[in-house]
Amino acid sequence: MDVYLPIANLSVNGLLIVALGGLTGILSGLFGVGGGFLTTPLLIFYGIPPTVAAASASTQVTGASVSGVIAQNSRGGVDFQMGAVLIAGGMVGAGLGAILFRFFQSVGQIDVVINILYVVMLGTIGAMMGREALQTLFRKDGEKPPPRRRRHHPLVTALPLRYRFYRSGLYISPLAPLLLGLAVGTLTMLMGVGGGFILVPALLYILGMSANVVVGTSLFNILFVTIATTIMHSLTTKAVDMVLVALLLIGSVTGAQIGTKLAFQVKPEILRLVLAALVLSIAFVMLFKLGVRPDEVYTVQLLENV
Amino acid sequence: MRYLLLIFAALMLSGQRDPILVPEISQHEVRVRQGFTGTELLLFGAILDPRGQRAGREYDIIVVLRGPSEPIRLREKERVGGIWMNTESSDFRSAPAFFAVASSRPIEEIVDTKTAAIYEFGTDYIQLSPSGVIDTDEQLRFSRGLVDLRTREGLYKQDMDGVTITEQVLYQSRISLPSNVVTGTYTAETFAVTRGRVIASAVTQVEVRKVGFERAVEVSAENYGLLYGLVAVFLSIFTGWLAGRLFAMV
Repeated sequence: MDVYLPIANLSVNGLLIVALGGLTGILSGLFGVGGGFLTTPLLIFYGIPPTVAAASASTQVTGASVSGVIAQNSRGGVDFQMGAVLIAGGMVGAGLGAILFRFFQSVGQIDVVINILYVVMLGTIGAMMGREALQTLFRKDGEKPPPRRRRHHPLVTALPLRYRFYRSGLYISPLAPLLLGLAVGTLTMLMGVGGGFILVPALLYILGMSANVVVGTSLFNILFVTIATTIMHSLTTKAVDMVLVALLLIGSVTGAQIGTKLAFQVKPEILRLVLAALVLSIAFVMLFKLGVRPDEVYTVQLLENV
Repeated sequence: MRYLLLIFAALMLSGQRDPILVPEISQHEVRVRQGFTGTELLLFGAILDPRGQRAGREYDIIVVLRGPSEPIRLREKERVGGIWMNTESSDFRSAPAFFAVASSRPIEEIVDTKTAAIYEFGTDYIQLSPSGVIDTDEQLRFSRGLVDLRTREGLYKQDMDGVTITEQVLYQSRISLPSNVVTGTYTAETFAVTRGRVIASAVTQVEVRKVGFERAVEVSAENYGLLYGLVAVFLSIFTGWLAGRLFAMV
């Protein structure tokens, strides 16, 4: 089924895009991540211009996270205060990301920047998750997990203006989540990802947040940050392709529901191990692509009509 | 009426001996809408002798279809410290978004390279107007790179056997536009050549434009960025919410 994408200016196989959305949806349901980290690179492999891919993927993540937020909130899994601070940082981050995006676009290095960010972020997170999942899996029955030495990172305790976040069970400076939100917002704008795969471990291990509100709060943040990035892209790059978004959404919202149901039937450690393997393999593919001669040595950039 | 004028004008200009070209195109408007996967244009016409008989001589026909020209920057990737990244770039003030040449015989058998370069008979001869100071060798490398890239994208092409001439009077040629064509005004130029000399030429135009929903999407994305963004956000939220609701019922 051929579908013409009016912003990307080309015709694609609609069913394939729906299937791609479905795949990322299943992942987001299974792992509680947006799945944008998979959508953007796959869309680029398919031939969608990178800017359109990143912009449209972030819009799709909005849809995928809505039902997650609703579900998490119904069981009190969202810390709105913490979420608000993260979002405030995220908005600034999205603005910063937009400036960086424009800058790298004008010097022609946006593709390389996106690729390197993917390799570094996915590589680090994948390795961390994989190690942790393996440790949990191979721990003998009855053996207790090793005690955590500290609740949060020493840098977090060093920040001034402490505040009590009740739901998260934290007494820390709001500057820490603000900066974290800023970093994730910037990455969202640049990479077209929700940032869940960065935010979840960061909230757990850097801030030391209670595990039962981590996923919900992360999704809550992603929801608003991707809304902001969509608007930002619409105003600056004008690269959000509504038709592409609709196709991805059909797949991903359905996939997300299937994924959520599947998630209850598999051991969480195995899930995390699979996610780690997936994240690492994408990082390797991207690293490999950076190192080999690209199919197209030349790329065309339209200049503004003077 | 237009043709009569054309014929009249051609008569006045070309003296008695040279023939007149009467070109026509299968559609003067290409509508890009949902399901557009490209289209094929039929460029056809007649070669007339001013005395009203058929031309009678051996002619070759060359058809050049070109899309709107755009100023572009072409970037070249090179290996820097183990990774491939953009390094040098070159600007072209008028790179056609689409360029196709079709001829009744291979161009080199019809005209010499000088004539071919003047009339842009072939993808090697596209006048790209490079700008900025850049030496000739480099310019050539960039021009070749651009032509090669767009040839593989199906945007630049030449077909040495693409025009068929019937009875020395009628000619026809098919040129396909891929789905990734740029919208705008395309010009189709037809040239009649004999003994290495262009003896008649004529121009027609094709308008390629988005219509309906596709046009609305493009226009609103360009002009009403904020509203467009809000609609996109609403669409995502609504779909996400709806799916949650539907699946909760199952």
